[in-house]
Amino acid sequence: MRALLSHRLVPVVAMAAIVVLLPLLFSSAYYYRVAALVFVFALASLGLNLLMGFAGQVSLGHAGFMGIGAYAVAIGPTHLGVASWLSFVIGAALSALVAFVVGRPILRLKGHYLAVATLGFGLLLAIVFANEARFTGGPDGMAVPRLVLFGSSVWGAQSWYWIIAASFLVGAVLALNLIESPTGRALRAIRDSEVAARVLGVDVAKAKLAVFVVSAIYASVAGSYLALLNGHITPDVSGFLRSIELVAMVVLGGMGSIAGSLVGAALLVVLPQTLTFLHDYEHMALGLIVMAVMIFLRAGIVPTLARALDLRRA
Amino acid sequence: MPEFLQFAFSGLTVGAVYALVALGFTLIYNASDVINFAQGEFVMLGGMTTVFLGLAGVPLPLAACLAIVATVAVGLALHRFAIEPARGAGAVVLIIITIGASIFLRGAAQVVFDKRFHSLPPWIGGDAIRVGGATILPQSLVVLGGAVVIVVLLWAFIERTLIGKAMVATAANELAARLVGIDTRRIVGLSFAISAAIGAVAGILISPITLTSYDVGTLLALKGFAAAMLGGIGSAVGAVVGGLLLGLLEAFAAGYVSSQYKDAVAFLVILIVLLAIPRGLFGRASVERV
Amino acid sequence: MPAYAKTVAAAIALCIAGATGQASAQVKVGAVLSITGPASFLGDPEKKTLEIYVDDINAKGGVNGQKLQLVAYDDGADANAARTFATRLLEEDKVVAMVGGTTTGATLAMIPLFEEAQIPFISLAGAIQIIEPVRKWVFKTPHTDKMACEKIFADLKQRNLTTVALISGTDAFGKSMRDQCVAVAPKAGITVAHEEAYGPRDSDMTPQLTNIKGKTGVQAVINPGFGQGPAIVTRNYRQLGITLPFYQSHGVASKQFIDLAGPAADGVRLPAAALLVAEKLPDSDPQKPVVVAYTRTYQQKTGQPVSTFGGHAYDGLMIFVEAAKRAGSFDKAKVRDEIEKTKNFIGTGGVVNMSPTDHLGLDLSAFRMLEIKGGDWTLVQ
Repeated sequence: MRALLSHRLVPVVAMAAIVVLLPLLFSSAYYYRVAALVFVFALASLGLNLLMGFAGQVSLGHAGFMGIGAYAVAIGPTHLGVASWLSFVIGAALSALVAFVVGRPILRLKGHYLAVATLGFGLLLAIVFANEARFTGGPDGMAVPRLVLFGSSVWGAQSWYWIIAASFLVGAVLALNLIESPTGRALRAIRDSEVAARVLGVDVAKAKLAVFVVSAIYASVAGSYLALLNGHITPDVSGFLRSIELVAMVVLGGMGSIAGSLVGAALLVVLPQTLTFLHDYEHMALGLIVMAVMIFLRAGIVPTLARALDLRRA
Repeated sequence: MPEFLQFAFSGLTVGAVYALVALGFTLIYNASDVINFAQGEFVMLGGMTTVFLGLAGVPLPLAACLAIVATVAVGLALHRFAIEPARGAGAVVLIIITIGASIFLRGAAQVVFDKRFHSLPPWIGGDAIRVGGATILPQSLVVLGGAVVIVVLLWAFIERTLIGKAMVATAANELAARLVGIDTRRIVGLSFAISAAIGAVAGILISPITLTSYDVGTLLALKGFAAAMLGGIGSAVGAVVGGLLLGLLEAFAAGYVSSQYKDAVAFLVILIVLLAIPRGLFGRASVERV
Repeated sequence: MPAYAKTVAAAIALCIAGATGQASAQVKVGAVLSITGPASFLGDPEKKTLEIYVDDINAKGGVNGQKLQLVAYDDGADANAARTFATRLLEEDKVVAMVGGTTTGATLAMIPLFEEAQIPFISLAGAIQIIEPVRKWVFKTPHTDKMACEKIFADLKQRNLTTVALISGTDAFGKSMRDQCVAVAPKAGITVAHEEAYGPRDSDMTPQLTNIKGKTGVQAVINPGFGQGPAIVTRNYRQLGITLPFYQSHGVASKQFIDLAGPAADGVRLPAAALLVAEKLPDSDPQKPVVVAYTRTYQQKTGQPVSTFGGHAYDGLMIFVEAAKRAGSFDKAKVRDEIEKTKNFIGTGGVVNMSPTDHLGLDLSAFRMLEIKGGDWTLVQ
């Protein structure tokens, strides 16, 4: 029984159970929408978690990749006549390419310097999206045509909830596979000590670049989903505050924890909805909660609680 | 030539603000390895508190002093209630805590102050001074002068006082500092207090030029952080140079390249500099123990 | 599995929070506004205005015998958040109408929801694409940025000035108005000789203005933008000693602009609603009673100077209320039809005459050309 419980796919099965059971509590499309948003950001923070939690690299510009994916599904059908689903794929490929090109030089930097470099990268993308109004609609943004799958268009928070939640589960399984693979072990070695990993023969540059590209793809997919879900996209999607939000989700949920990505995203998406009754005091409460969670659950929500209940996680 | 001078004046004025914010970042980082993203809020508190005390009838010089005291109190509270309890947590956790603090302070500012823009009267009024075909506001000179004074005072404090030496020791090696009897907790608290004071003074100096509101802190923290890294985090000289350089980059990019993309150009240059000099302009090589 | 329980618990808490919102039986009017964030300059007066006048209406007996309840959410100028709150208003709070959408981005993100739910949406944002093409359920009260450009250009022609330079904020308002001005200029006989831009949060625009100053042939400068940027641009303008005629946009339409720009604001012209010069209007002006009343109420209740943004919210709320009174019920289709039939409604922004092809109802005469003299607004005759 213990062996079955500690199988690495248990977290995924548990999350799948939540995905299926949660709609029983939903009484209107509003809940489906909030839940869909949670899974969008869970997907993006999952990618970021691979980079930050498992490989130990900081990125303060990850929302930039979300922007690439989001604008791909907006610009593709509108300006280039490319079908939505194909634009979706092209967006992910484009993100991967940009990550590959930018990552090579940037990942040589360490710690806070890498943070600033990624910050600059995210800002650059946001500025381009805001200024190139002819393609992107400028700061007011542009409409995103609906996704047409198998002849019918996907519409409504309910449909998107299932699609995005399923995608997140797929992403979680892939992430778990990556972590358990040799590349994953190399990444964890790099996180613990880059020098030691290099001494052991790990190709540090290649491993870092690989996880950077993978995390960019996750973010791009999440961004595309966000754009399709909203039917409208603005440059804020790749702004500095979004990037910070993603980092906060990863850290609050628990760096290096797959379930933590979901919990962190749930916290930061649901909290502003539940705190509206505070009106003017909403931001103060949000700030206090973020600080409190970090002070008292400093390893993140999931790892701290797991440790507290002595369940071993992969 | 007059254009070049005008761009330079603009860059130096804005750069002085970035320099002071970057200095605040560096001070705290040196003492505790924490990147304090609430640094921008210190600048906001300095300006806004002065404005509101002034509106309540307090004479402005007194209001400014009280604002500095209030901001220092906030800085100390931040250290005591948010940073101290999380001692030993990883760098990223502490960053998120300071981000939570900045959200909290912004939210509090909305409620305590208001959401409008405010200005302060310049210390030295009058028309702009003409130098070589370009103009510079007297207040800009005050800002630059103030930055110089703060840097000099800081240097004197670090080099000439015992507490200053204790801060240097804490920065070099916290454990060793504690072993020789330095109360590192108080030193870190002191670094927060001084950073808050510097931020508040910066806010009071620049509000006559740049106006102030409850959310000026966010962008300033961003740019101050970038400037600190450009100069090399951990180096006070680097912070000042980085700040001024960033201001100049923005001004020259706006003037000569494209005003739409000036921020992009500035960040691109920072990226290139960091790729060429990975530790920033004045950063010290760090030794990584394996 | 405690961590997963936490997620479920959060969802349950959300349900509870949502459920409590459905307890009351009042008629709900929704408002998604940018109360915090980069557009709080606009959203804050809007919220205050709606609160003041919903209370006022309720104190006088309500509408159609029922009291109104304002359900306001803050989107922080984020279109994604706006859409979420719009969904909440429609699905959970079950509002009968919405007066909101401070920014164009947020409005555009929310429009499809209101079109689908068939609930009237009166937007408070500026861009012309909100009502062009006309959408059945979407209306707006602020003058369009296109009208602002046309008004400025008309004034320029009157002063025999034809070559201008633009310095615009890269925010949505500034960029949208800049685009409109560039598009409308040829037809109005105006040439845009040079353009510069600045970030809405920038603190010094002397480099951009230096470039404009150095460009030969420029006869006037226009600054599309809102918030604190234009105040700084105006100050820099005087600092550099530029004496060319200077035009601001309706994005600065609040006394605060004059306070912040100081003596540099003297001589600046801008198109704005009559609201700003309420007391100075001739008694024969039909708008005078409305704008004077609003100015006095707003300043008395909030202690802050009046702004046209709050005025647009007033207009939006009153247009809805009048339409509901005419319809005799809150049936959404009937109310929508009555909103569309609004005729000779005297608001703070102008006299509104809507039609099936015009969901704004204002023409160029609703904009007055103002000039700042001696620290106060004056009407340009």
